[in-house]
Amino acid sequence: MTTLEFRNVSKKYRIRGSRELLALDDVSFTLESGRTIALVGQSGSGKSTIAKIITRLESATTGSVLLDGEPIPSRGRALRAYRQQVRMVFQDPFASLNPYHTIRHHLERPLRLHHVVAPGEVDAEVLRLLDRVRLSADLVERRPHELSGGQRQRVAIARALASRPGLLIADEPVSMLDVSIRLGVLNLLAELQRESNLGVLYITHDLATARHFSDEIMVLNSGVVVERGPSDDVILNPQHAYTRQLRDASPNPDVLFSTPKGGSRS
Amino acid sequence: MRFFTRRAAFYLFTAWAAITINFFLPRMLKGDPITAYLARNQGKVSPEAIDSLRVLFGLDNPKPVWQQYFDYWGLLLRGDLGVSLSKGLAPVSDVIAGALPWTLGLVGVATIISFIIGTAVGTIIGWRRGSRAEAIVPIATFLSTVPYFWLGLIVISVFSTTLHWFPASHAYGKGVVPSFSPEFIGDVLYHSALPAFTIVLTSLGGWILGMRNMMVTVLDEDYVTVAQAKGLSPFRVMYGYAARNAVLPQLSSFALSLGFIVGGTLIMEMIFSYPGLGLRLFEATLAKDYPLMQGMFLVITLSVLVANILADVVYAIMDPRSRQEATS
Amino acid sequence: MSVTATGVTDAVPVSVSGRSFREGFSMFRNAKSVTGLAILGVFTLLAIFGPFIAPYDPDAIDLLHRNEAPTFAHLLGTTHMGQDILSQIIVGTRGVMVVGFLCGIFATLIAVLVGVTAGYVSGARSEALSALTNVFLVIPGLPLIIIVASQFQDPNVVLIAGVLAITGWAWGARVLRAQTMSLRNRDFIQAARVNGEPLLRIIAVEMLPNLLAVIASSFVGTVTAAILAQTTLAFVGVTPISNWNWGTILFWAQSNNAFPDKWWWYLPAGLCIALVGVALALVNFGIDEYVNPRLRSAGLRARALRKRGITPSHGATAVADTRD
Repeated sequence: MTTLEFRNVSKKYRIRGSRELLALDDVSFTLESGRTIALVGQSGSGKSTIAKIITRLESATTGSVLLDGEPIPSRGRALRAYRQQVRMVFQDPFASLNPYHTIRHHLERPLRLHHVVAPGEVDAEVLRLLDRVRLSADLVERRPHELSGGQRQRVAIARALASRPGLLIADEPVSMLDVSIRLGVLNLLAELQRESNLGVLYITHDLATARHFSDEIMVLNSGVVVERGPSDDVILNPQHAYTRQLRDASPNPDVLFSTPKGGSRS
Repeated sequence: MRFFTRRAAFYLFTAWAAITINFFLPRMLKGDPITAYLARNQGKVSPEAIDSLRVLFGLDNPKPVWQQYFDYWGLLLRGDLGVSLSKGLAPVSDVIAGALPWTLGLVGVATIISFIIGTAVGTIIGWRRGSRAEAIVPIATFLSTVPYFWLGLIVISVFSTTLHWFPASHAYGKGVVPSFSPEFIGDVLYHSALPAFTIVLTSLGGWILGMRNMMVTVLDEDYVTVAQAKGLSPFRVMYGYAARNAVLPQLSSFALSLGFIVGGTLIMEMIFSYPGLGLRLFEATLAKDYPLMQGMFLVITLSVLVANILADVVYAIMDPRSRQEATS
Repeated sequence: MSVTATGVTDAVPVSVSGRSFREGFSMFRNAKSVTGLAILGVFTLLAIFGPFIAPYDPDAIDLLHRNEAPTFAHLLGTTHMGQDILSQIIVGTRGVMVVGFLCGIFATLIAVLVGVTAGYVSGARSEALSALTNVFLVIPGLPLIIIVASQFQDPNVVLIAGVLAITGWAWGARVLRAQTMSLRNRDFIQAARVNGEPLLRIIAVEMLPNLLAVIASSFVGTVTAAILAQTTLAFVGVTPISNWNWGTILFWAQSNNAFPDKWWWYLPAGLCIALVGVALALVNFGIDEYVNPRLRSAGLRARALRKRGITPSHGATAVADTRD
């Protein structure tokens, strides 16, 4: 059981030398194995900042981030162990893979870095990973530009899972994919989450998939968590005005508005 | 505003760095011809001159280095660059002042001409992709790799020695007295024809190729297609939309290449015996006239710096994006 | 594309069998690069074998055959002292090529070190390295080289290459810094950091391969500049005239009034310099086209259209007449 806790985290960015941007304001939540939390908000709400703080690409200005009760490490072996436990899938499948290297390279690196298997087993493990994400083994020697968007994103998921982590941060994993294949990728993520009992933070701007995919929803607006709760509650009975705005702006009536109250959008 | 303060700070730093390098350079180089010269010519050099030479070059200087450095700045701010060993002990600043206008005139005019022609030709070639105008590209390539001094010598042999169309050397005829009269100016122009022509020829290639590449890249952009779809005349699209954007990187590389341009012009002057900084530097090198060499280096560096600043200002005026802070 | 219960089969783009290390060099595969490399190859052979295949000793004086135009005995004629010019050119190749490429290597090494580091770190350290680069960029090289080179009595090739490298590394560093900065923010680099890759591996394994084209282009440019600078120095007489290189030939030509009549003396040397320069430029073009595919297809598209009878009037957007 792995737990990641955000405790009163704020993040200030300094821009143009003197002005400050408050990207996150007193955000708290807990992510644990076996549960999926959706983080919903529009562009600029601070969602990506949270992802960056969790993956230590940025650090919090105030507040603390704890993994299993301990502050997340900043260097050395402890940091390496942290990176093995907490992994990320990036938004842009076209940018998150190095165009110069083969798929094999992308999957090997985490295996070798975190000593997941013995060196002799690495090749077999790479193929096993590809199989888990429903990709055929002959993609192993290809380069990213030879794959479609959906395939690349599956590779990215495989890369994230390679180190057998406890927690996964999925930063808008399907936003840049064709609509028709989004569901497939999301279903894959859901299945993998169940299999490995992962804790997943699913970051998205799309309410519909948030409900479909997660147990709990947090709504973020300009760095502040304005509403949170079990998915169904938040979607069907939004308390905060912003959440209602989000719901009303969503163009997908079938999934969301199956309530008898008013039928379609009000 | 921040943009300008940053650039200003950078240029001040570079100026300081150049001056400091200039201070340390003679102290690091072996041999001390100044002392040798002074030993040979005792009595002919005034005590003040010896003093300033001592400050500039650190000869037998008992003062600590930082004190010498301080004195050095004092000398510079007074405009005293020492005396030239090879020019009859004339003050270095006088020698340089006499040569500087010639170089500025030659470089300035030739470079601007070359830039304008090169950019225009490059625009047209880029515009007419795949047409016969593309044949210019190999020619431009060849021109850009031809050693400029060699081309200069050939130009002299063809146009001067053989055809007698233009004079091969000097800025004005022998025995002509410099004045602001039309005849003198005409004579100057006549004499500068060949050097300018050579400079233009050798740098043309680079501008043509650079502009062509930029045009080709820009023409693929959507805003050019929109401009065409709006029904604007081809000339307006080419000039107002495509070229206007393609020329920005050209300006930027123009500023950066000023250092190289100056180098080429120096060689030109040596070949054409044009009385600019290049020729003086050449003579100073041959005569091992260190005060003059050092003074020239300083002046050349500062001139290039000033030119860079001017180019930056022009760029900032033309491209509104550059005035914004670059967030990395 | 079909959606199945267990997963999705995506449309697979045209598959190309995996290439490997060779792909890094595909930038050299187009016609321009190959031509350029071929020419350079010839000169490299001359540089290596020059002294052995030259018909005469370049210094050998033959007072019976002075100032002769090309004959079968002396394919490029003779100097005022009867020395064979062809031999001088062949032997001189080594000096030029060695200094050129040595300087290219030194300067590119420094440029990569400074530029990539400046691009990867941020804040004050990056600004400081950038300021250092800019200082070297603004200070005019040739006067500095002349002053420094004139200090030494008999500089060997390594020294000359070194001095040229010190004045020439800044351009490449600047370009590399800009490229690295844009790479640094790319997702795959962030992904490598999230993976836990150590910094050195990120730079060496993840970033450098993507910078290859820029590095190659910068190397080629530096070699060109070095060859020009070196021959200029030799011509002016700043570097010693005991080593043969093409600039030295021109130095002697000029001192002995070879212009304009004795064309066999001064034309070949200059043409050789230009030829090497053209070869290097061709290689550079090849790299440019690889990096910027728009350059590649620009002319092809227009020509193809012309073949079909459509005149792309401005070369900007070819609009086909739909009434065809």
